[in-house]
Amino acid sequence: MLKTFPKGGIHPAENKITSSKEIKRMPIPKVVYVPIAQHIGIPSEIIVDRKDKVEIGQVVAKSSGFVSSNIHSPVAGTVTKLDMIVDTSGYKKQCIVIRTDQKNESNFEEPNFPLKKEISMDQKDILKHITDSGIVGLGGATFPSHVKLDLKNDNHVDCLIINGVECEPYLTADHRLMLEKADEIIVGIQILMHALHIQEAVIGIENNKKDAIKALKKAAQSDKRIKVAALQVKYPQGSEKQLIKAIIKREVPKGGLPMDVGIIVHNVGTIFAIYQAVQYDRPLIERVVTVTGKKIENASNFWVKIGTPIKDLVNEVGGIPEGTRKIVNGGPMMGKAIKNTDVPVTKGTSGILVISEDEASRGEPKNCIRCGECVDVCPMGLEPHLLMNLTEKGIYETAANEDIMTCIECGSCSYVCPSHRPLLDYIRFGKSIVKKLNTAKN
Amino acid sequence: MADPIIISASPHIHSARTSKKVMYDVVIALIPAFLVSLYVFGYSAMILTSIAVISCLLFEFLIQKYILKTKVTISDGSALITGILLAFNLPAGLPIWMIIVGSLVAIGVAKLSFGGLGFNIFNPALVGRVFLLVSFPVQMTMWPTAVENNTVIADAVTGATPLGIIKEGLQFGETMTSLSAKIPSNMDMLLGITGGSLGEMSAIALLIGGLYLIIRKVISWHIPVILLATIAIMTSIFWLVNSEQFANPIIHILSGGAILGTFYMATDLVTSPMTKKGMVIFAIGIGIITVVIRLFGAYPEGISFAILIMNAFVPLINKYFKPRRFGSKIKAKIV
Ligand code: SF4
Ligand code: SF4
Repeated sequence: MLKTFPKGGIHPAENKITSSKEIKRMPIPKVVYVPIAQHIGIPSEIIVDRKDKVEIGQVVAKSSGFVSSNIHSPVAGTVTKLDMIVDTSGYKKQCIVIRTDQKNESNFEEPNFPLKKEISMDQKDILKHITDSGIVGLGGATFPSHVKLDLKNDNHVDCLIINGVECEPYLTADHRLMLEKADEIIVGIQILMHALHIQEAVIGIENNKKDAIKALKKAAQSDKRIKVAALQVKYPQGSEKQLIKAIIKREVPKGGLPMDVGIIVHNVGTIFAIYQAVQYDRPLIERVVTVTGKKIENASNFWVKIGTPIKDLVNEVGGIPEGTRKIVNGGPMMGKAIKNTDVPVTKGTSGILVISEDEASRGEPKNCIRCGECVDVCPMGLEPHLLMNLTEKGIYETAANEDIMTCIECGSCSYVCPSHRPLLDYIRFGKSIVKKLNTAKN
Repeated sequence: MADPIIISASPHIHSARTSKKVMYDVVIALIPAFLVSLYVFGYSAMILTSIAVISCLLFEFLIQKYILKTKVTISDGSALITGILLAFNLPAGLPIWMIIVGSLVAIGVAKLSFGGLGFNIFNPALVGRVFLLVSFPVQMTMWPTAVENNTVIADAVTGATPLGIIKEGLQFGETMTSLSAKIPSNMDMLLGITGGSLGEMSAIALLIGGLYLIIRKVISWHIPVILLATIAIMTSIFWLVNSEQFANPIIHILSGGAILGTFYMATDLVTSPMTKKGMVIFAIGIGIITVVIRLFGAYPEGISFAILIMNAFVPLINKYFKPRRFGSKIKAKIV
């Protein structure tokens, strides 16, 4: 039996259309729009001005607190504007607009960073490089990575878990990265183990990516401390808590962090970024994005500069097909629907999913038939029907007591509800109110 | 882009399962038992079922449209199921007006007055049945015998249910050995050649439908398996202690609507608990109450009452048998 988390979960159609498509490099965009709030935490502080010339990898907005992150120019060019533009969230956010200066395209860009295995830096240097390089969780959470690595003295972390689950349907960015950069990922893991003095690492990969499992097993052959765990295909296994439970059977306590049970989790994409930052001093200025959809002609995976308008990506795969009703930044379960394709790719963009009419519209909500399916699938052991009901009636106190805040917003409940109840919509709303009430209390 | 782009929150996909599909699966599961009832009771089965279904749908329509003035939901399949299940719980040949009254109670009182589908506490069909049983005990226990020739409408004169025969016999001092000649063989009960309500006849047909429901994941195995196991274990104990005074577990399982109640009414999504833990408690409760009523109460059957009684406990069960919250058992830090 393959490992998996015990309670709840669903298995939607995988639709991994692009899993055999090699990661292509997107042409360098003419203009990039670099938002200063790409991570969880405090937005970065802009340190360039209009008309400034910037180099590739130059810091254009610097970290403005512990839970914040540097932002680098993804291209060589000229800052044309500091503007407010609509980002994935649907709100206007401050953003640095840089026109690419093609002439100045340096070698920094072009490929051939041969595999560099020996780790020469010490712990402090490694952490500094990770902090300076603007690395955030690339699995979608965009939590600044250095925060997770700052273990202070009460370091009791004994296992590093690498998230290569990619449980969202359609997305294949991590899958391709694991196939194409297996050796680099292993070195990245070794860098972290070295920096954190951890003696055990496990890479969790769902069993629908057998080739990636094989590739990483092969790459890790010489290092007995690194294991690869093949996991049963089940959503939301990529969620930190579920992944830890699946792999090592520890349960992160309510309201706690993986660190509380001696674990640190990083996504494979993040690990690759760490490899680049430490071995080649390369900041995070690009990432792998899956551009996909059932009607998309040339769906594929791309290396994309941060700040590239989604429009460019969609054009690259043949444009928006007839009958498109929804464009999602991310996967179908947790991604965000965007208004238009002017929105730029950010550090958290793992995929662009184009959804057509037949899939896009939601069913009309009907009465709850109390079938209990939402309860069955909730990986957090919650009662979504009850939480929705309490939120609807405004009974937030009880909702808080029923652990509404522990909902990981995986959407499994809304996905299964045969009455098409917008469970997660209400739960999200309820959570935001409970959060406000809690801060008001303190 | 000519079409408007939809902005809605995640998730952006759905399992494609709808409550309507769930309901129609239940209807499909009831077909084998309906066919058996047609074979056994002929036209009267057809008449009884049609009247119950039509009046359930009609009452739902009329009440929603003219009294509650809400959206009419008769196409969701739930009133259809109530109609069929009500019919299955009535004796063939019941006067038509009684069927209509039963439907009104089921739909109007048990379902819509609680707020409609999903808000009712008690299984509507069972409420309809029990109302009729209490109001018209004579007609409700007049079981027509099975007809050989299914074109003949059964006469509502003879026959009683196997459990009825046993209960009466034991009260008049007979023993199980002397009674065994009067009750149908196990095989007959399995196939449905026995006295009883319309749809509770054939255990086999009901089991086929029940299996279908489990395979289609409309119901889980917990309630049926545990309920039947409870009945079997309890009746076995009594039977082992005194096999002359108590019927054997096979008779208890195969008759008295045990299978019908177990697979189609105890498992009713709306009126059964949400969690598996809750379902186990619920099923054990129904099993115990059923056996107690059958052996010591006034009614030879009793599963209907047992289900309704446990229905009343469901809100409480849901409250105290919650799923275990992830991370609620705080472990010591691993050092
Ligand atoms: S309640 Fe939250 S955690 Fe549970 S299934 Fe719904 S979205 Fe996921
Ligand atoms: S899945 Fe939908 S219909 Fe079923 S209990 Fe949950 S909210 Fe109600």
